[in-house]
Amino acid sequence: MPATLQTEHRRGTFRLIAGGDWLVSEAPRLDAELQKLETGGGGDAEIDGSGIHLLDSAGAWLLLRTKRQLEAQGKRVGTFTLPDVYRPLIDKMDQADIGAPWRHAGRRNFRDILERTGKATIDAIKQGYAMLSFLGSVTIETSEAVTSPRRELPWPAFVHQIEETGLNALPIVGLLAFLLGVTLAYQGADQLARFGAQIYTIDFLGVGFLRELGGLVTAIIIAGRSGSAFTASIGSMRVNEEIDAMQAIGLNIAETLVLPRVLGLVVALPLLTLFADIVGIIGGMVMCYFNLGVTIPVFMRELGGAITVNTLMVGLIKAPVFAFMIALVGCFEGLRVERNAESVGRLTTRSVVESIFLIIAADAGFSVLFSILGI
Amino acid sequence: MSAAAKGDNLAIRIRGLVNGFGGKIIHDHLDLDVIRGEVLGVVGGSGTGKSVLMRSIVGLMRPMEGEIEVFGQRTSELNAEQLRALQLRWGVHFQEGALFSSMTVAQNIQVPLRKYTNMSSELMDQIAAMKIALVGLPEDAGAKYPSELSGGMKKRAGLARALALDPELLFLDEPTAGLDPISATHFDELVRDLQKSLNLTVFLVTHDIDTLRAVTDRIAVLVGQKIKVGTIKTLIHDTHPWIQEYFSGARGRAALES
Repeated sequence: MPATLQTEHRRGTFRLIAGGDWLVSEAPRLDAELQKLETGGGGDAEIDGSGIHLLDSAGAWLLLRTKRQLEAQGKRVGTFTLPDVYRPLIDKMDQADIGAPWRHAGRRNFRDILERTGKATIDAIKQGYAMLSFLGSVTIETSEAVTSPRRELPWPAFVHQIEETGLNALPIVGLLAFLLGVTLAYQGADQLARFGAQIYTIDFLGVGFLRELGGLVTAIIIAGRSGSAFTASIGSMRVNEEIDAMQAIGLNIAETLVLPRVLGLVVALPLLTLFADIVGIIGGMVMCYFNLGVTIPVFMRELGGAITVNTLMVGLIKAPVFAFMIALVGCFEGLRVERNAESVGRLTTRSVVESIFLIIAADAGFSVLFSILGI
Repeated sequence: MSAAAKGDNLAIRIRGLVNGFGGKIIHDHLDLDVIRGEVLGVVGGSGTGKSVLMRSIVGLMRPMEGEIEVFGQRTSELNAEQLRALQLRWGVHFQEGALFSSMTVAQNIQVPLRKYTNMSSELMDQIAAMKIALVGLPEDAGAKYPSELSGGMKKRAGLARALALDPELLFLDEPTAGLDPISATHFDELVRDLQKSLNLTVFLVTHDIDTLRAVTDRIAVLVGQKIKVGTIKTLIHDTHPWIQEYFSGARGRAALES
């Protein structure tokens, strides 16, 4: 039975007659009709809902709202009739303390933008400060764990982290390094052909890959793979109150959660980088063989002339630093997770973005440092 | 009381329901009727499948055998559209409220309204404010995120969302678990009030014997893969050891009260 709504003015009394099913499905239409009601000034008013067949809370709200609106217009609502079964509903709603409707956030004005900028700036400073103090506490824990004879490193967790972040990452790191080697050799050969210097593709590949790209790409892959995993797993532990339980039992969070991850990654990432270097060079070698017809002995001889142990070391020395940053940021953001699912996702994203930013910034720093040192 | 005789008076009709996990049978050919307008309490020890029963009725898991009718419609035979039409007629409240954490309470309540009606946003805001008041949350709760609410407030907000579309049938999964006795009593009163004024049928899974006494019309006890239905008065005299033990406290209290 559809809902009906009629109005009439009789002897200075405004009457509103409601009937049918006043249900949530009809509410949008009734709402629109009630909004453009012509009530005409003060005087008396009546609401006759005796013809209502079914009423739910949305319908009841519309009737109650209309009654309140009529009263706000200075009318005296003399009678408000309803079938008896729906009386308790209206009474309960009338007594309930209904607040002003909560509004969606409106348009942003200049002040909001200013406020948000200020907030973001202060947050960034606070974040930097918190990260520094986290770095400090992890450093203290690490040095104590390493130097103090009484304290033992959490070996099983440490080995597990090396397996998780190092061994299990071999396929993806290897595949990407190989493809990168192929691409570099191809592009290098293409450009150098203009000078008839294709053979220097090998020098370009060797130096470029070992000094910069191998380490950088591996670090970025691991930031996406393991940094995010650190934040997500520690964050879920936060949500499950596992971290609180650890603290209640007296376990040291830095020692049980952070240290194995940091040390594990610091060991695993240089090894992964070395692996990526080798596979990348092989990728380039394959490309040189097919594209330039350079045989393996020729390739090796040319490569040997182009690179020294120093070239490799320059690339590898950066890896522990990258690893430290990835693990530190991953654990730090994981521990900042609040007790809700949404913050796990937000902080995981933030952890990856921050660690990739730090990797690239540190790599630039290393470049400057090495050029000053003349390496 | 033979409910089966009054066929179209039933909100839920279950016949021969079998559920199990990994070879372990939890429900062995259960029959259960829920009469329109009643509050049915479902109790049972841990692992007897109270939540599983609720989840199989609302279609969150598929039973191994048996048929489930809700408002005379067999849920297993409905197509997606018919199922959606049926879903509009029930509201489900999960244990911890299961609020969407990225939205405020008011937005949570508006999710079903937004999805299934074409209300103006003013009316939607008003209805959200009305539901918030109806479940006894303070005015400013609407603008808060679930992470800012206490456990009891989350449960109330979850109830408000379950009631958003004014369902005829309400499923409550342990609504008072983890609440202090005073909040639990308030929640019981709230459910009873809303049930009366909105004329709801309530399927109430609970552990709480006080809730059973305060709110329910009939009680279904899950014991030994079967179900026993009765009122507190009749179940007190049941000979099953679990039921005996469960209601012995209640019997003592009943004796004190009389």
